[in-house]
Amino acid sequence: MMRVVVRVIGWIEHRTGLETAIRSFLYEEVPASSGWQHVFGSVALFLFMLQAFTGILLAFNYAPTPGEAYNSLRYIMTEVTGGRLMRQLHHWGASMMIVVVVLHMIQVFLFGAYKKPREATWLAGVVLLLLTLAYGLTGYLLPWDNRAYWGTVVTTQIASKAPVLGPYLSRLLGGEGAIGVVTFARFYGMHVLLLPPITTLMIIAHVFLVRKHGVAPAPGDEAKPLKKFYPEQVYKDTVAIFVAFAILFVMAVAAHVPLERLADPTDTSYVPRPDWYFLFLFQMLKFFEGPLEVVGSIVLPTLAVIALILVPFLDRGRVRRVTERYTAFGVVFLALLGWGGLTGAAIATTPKTAAVEIDFSAPTEWLQLSPEEMAGVGYFRKENCVSCHAVGDGGAKIGPDLANTAIRKSAAWMIAHFKRPSMLVPGSMMPPIQLSDPQLNALAAFLLKLTPQNASALQAAPAFAVDGALIYQANRCGACHLVNGVGMKVGPPLNGLFRHRDKAWLVRHFRDPQAVTPGTIMPRYAFSQSDMDKICSYLLSLPD
Amino acid sequence: MNHEDPNSGRRLFFLSVIYGLWGLIGAALALPASIYLLFPPRLRRREEWTEAADMGKLTPKTPTEVVFRQNRVDGWKITRERTTAWAIKISDTEVIALAPQCTHLGCAYHWDDAKRQFLCPCHTSTFSPDGKVLSGPAPRPLDRYEVKVENGKLLLGKVVESENAA
Ligand code: FES
Repeated sequence: MMRVVVRVIGWIEHRTGLETAIRSFLYEEVPASSGWQHVFGSVALFLFMLQAFTGILLAFNYAPTPGEAYNSLRYIMTEVTGGRLMRQLHHWGASMMIVVVVLHMIQVFLFGAYKKPREATWLAGVVLLLLTLAYGLTGYLLPWDNRAYWGTVVTTQIASKAPVLGPYLSRLLGGEGAIGVVTFARFYGMHVLLLPPITTLMIIAHVFLVRKHGVAPAPGDEAKPLKKFYPEQVYKDTVAIFVAFAILFVMAVAAHVPLERLADPTDTSYVPRPDWYFLFLFQMLKFFEGPLEVVGSIVLPTLAVIALILVPFLDRGRVRRVTERYTAFGVVFLALLGWGGLTGAAIATTPKTAAVEIDFSAPTEWLQLSPEEMAGVGYFRKENCVSCHAVGDGGAKIGPDLANTAIRKSAAWMIAHFKRPSMLVPGSMMPPIQLSDPQLNALAAFLLKLTPQNASALQAAPAFAVDGALIYQANRCGACHLVNGVGMKVGPPLNGLFRHRDKAWLVRHFRDPQAVTPGTIMPRYAFSQSDMDKICSYLLSLPD
Repeated sequence: MNHEDPNSGRRLFFLSVIYGLWGLIGAALALPASIYLLFPPRLRRREEWTEAADMGKLTPKTPTEVVFRQNRVDGWKITRERTTAWAIKISDTEVIALAPQCTHLGCAYHWDDAKRQFLCPCHTSTFSPDGKVLSGPAPRPLDRYEVKVENGKLLLGKVVESENAA
């Protein structure tokens, strides 16, 4: 057996020289001072390959056109086994990639590893940083939900305002007029066809240059013996890669990435936000108004890139120990401070209640329930019916399966049964339900809606909507308003309210309707703060 | 420190950590990836019954080609597509509906009224009216739709593969 393996390896080596190549790669000599601080490049490379891997898998189930893209992503997240994990690995992998690339850059910068003759290595690195950001920018559009759409509207608008080049850029991005199929195709094409080969070439060039010049030695290294890359440094790289991977994996399993509403160009209430790593740019724009806007959107970012490019040409003094590079530390400190401040300010100013974010990758059948049925879900939960009844899931419980009640019983029967269970079903072990008549009505209304097909989807109704509906019912809003076809038309119907009203307006309107809408007959409602939050969230979640 | 000694405990430690961790990473990716690619997606809908024909329009004992529209769940889409079935009425409440593809390599077969048998033009398999293989390379009888008769209408469900040895 061993002999066969040795012969096969020998054959391949003789034909291709692969073994020698791998050996010379692994047994490369590195300076004595190399160690844990040099792991970031390897981690970045690993993350890039991981993004390619998850990206390809996602592409197997993804339709790259608007609308279809949204549906196929929802399919990936809700129906394909392991699909949600893949999407979340890709999503968080992108964020982690940015973090690691920046850490890599900071390390090189602090150690002054870009100095002669390693300027070209640094430049290739700067290009790789820009490429990483380009992935983030183009990939952001691909889910084609509201967040993706509006985020990209802002990006393309910024590009179109660039001096001289603006109109051409916007034509190149297909963003003239509005964002649609053309922009989408261009972003997708860049993301999967253009950027990957360029990145691969740049990585090869970057690694080649690192190998050509060797890892930058620290002062004093000359006196010490060189180390081998394998296995000691490979061991450190591997541990670092593993730690990064473990963090990413936990995030992908635990941190939920929602899918919002399908992109809606008519949604006037949406407040676009870029991904977190672009927030600082977004925030910076606020300091520049009117004609000065290009300073924030184009000039400053361009200057920053130029500064990065110039780093090795400006700092040309002799190589110092990292602990003596005070200026470098100062620059990094200031940059982090500025970035952190801007990002923090952007987060702080993000309106928390701008819109109700419904996760459309989870079942949304509950959106079709009337407020009464929805309140029924609340009583259903409160009375803990599932402790004795199965609900379409076939589990063996004491009571009958409730998902089939609609075919068997009427509402009147159910309500009578809720009050005196043993009257209608002699020998029933069910305790009487202590609820008022309207509440029992709601519970019965919900049970009538249950079928084995929708049971789990309806039970997945989010708490804010259920609580909101309970308040809606308790205050008899349905006596004047219409929701999902149920209620009266004295006041305006409430479906699609999120299109023209926001929470602040609703709150003002509840507190003092006449002040906001003169002549209205709506009475005032003095809800507690938490009730106000719930009813507003519920009303703003009602579909068109 | 002696890094060159291939047998030093240090070197062995490095090697086992390197291969162990890469093995873990590989497994943590390969497993979900295979599940992602190979496991069938969760079904959104239950099987549906589609109305295909009027029982009154079928000639007893003679196969009739019925064309109907059926919903098919296709990944993230539900498409409505034209489908055919060969329906053979046995009595007013009993029907056989054969799937339109030959069980050999999937060609569309047709009914030869003179010989009273199904004939596949591709490799000349022949089948009896109830789908049994009479001659040719077809390995098993023709597949059947699940059928249901309600209010004089023929309802078709999904295609069930026929047993090999039947
Ligand atoms: S496909 Fe019908 S006989 Fe070959």
